[in-house]
Amino acid sequence: MKCSEFLTELTDYLDGSISTSVRVELEEHLQWCHECEVVLNTTKKTIEIYRNNQLYELPDNLRMRLQEAIIRKCKSVKNCKSPD
Amino acid sequence: METIQKKAENIADELALVQAAKSGDLEAFSQLVKRYDRNIFRIAQHITHNEEDAQDVVQEAFLKAYTNLEQFQGNSKFYTWLVRIAVNEALMKLRRRRADKTVSIDEDVETEDGSMPREVADWSPNPEQLYGQSELGDILKKTIQGLSPGFRTVFVLRDVEGLSTEETAEMLGLSVPAVKSRLLRARLQLRERLAKYFKSRRSGDNPR
Repeated sequence: MKCSEFLTELTDYLDGSISTSVRVELEEHLQWCHECEVVLNTTKKTIEIYRNNQLYELPDNLRMRLQEAIIRKCKSVKNCKSPD
Repeated sequence: METIQKKAENIADELALVQAAKSGDLEAFSQLVKRYDRNIFRIAQHITHNEEDAQDVVQEAFLKAYTNLEQFQGNSKFYTWLVRIAVNEALMKLRRRRADKTVSIDEDVETEDGSMPREVADWSPNPEQLYGQSELGDILKKTIQGLSPGFRTVFVLRDVEGLSTEETAEMLGLSVPAVKSRLLRARLQLRERLAKYFKSRRSGDNPR
């Protein structure tokens, strides 16, 4: 397997959606290709770091504004069962 | 990790909430809002890069979902349906902001796009130990903002929000291979750009 072929399969490999035979070939390639091993590990880390660090928190007043807008919308339709 | 049983309960519970909301129960709809408003805001913020726009997207998406609840057939998860509405709203905002440029989710980038790995130094120590929380957050934001809208939307839905490839494809009106190809490029481009900050610094690399 060449490095370019390794790259093509990288996403399926990371997502575990790869056939056993291709996986074996990839893992063989990794045994001797240090560069692809680094690409694999750092790509894994890239995904992990974005997943673990949520970058945007819900602004404080948004939930309340949203709630008010929905109540207004609810009151404009007939079958609204609003608490007030 | 969610157990299968817990997942099934969540889905059943979600369907019950949707049914109640359809019959006009506002409290049921509010519970759905509270369940997902954080995720919807994050997705909107990632796509639009603008907090004001992202807030509008959240509001418009939930109001649209509320108004069109009857059209939700329950063939997909409510969350998937909601995200699709939000993604459309967010892309519309983005197009309006960049009226001079076309923003398309299915833009095809076949040219040299920075996906080929050039940085092959390992990342150690762990980047999370190298930077403080807020500095790391700034690096991650700056880096993902540099991706094209099509790439970052796929990355955010698949890798940050954890939707499946099939769900992402359905949501964006793309084929499964197109999602996979964008995801690969997005991951590799992010990796390449993050390497600038995270690669091991050996003494020889340090210009003096």
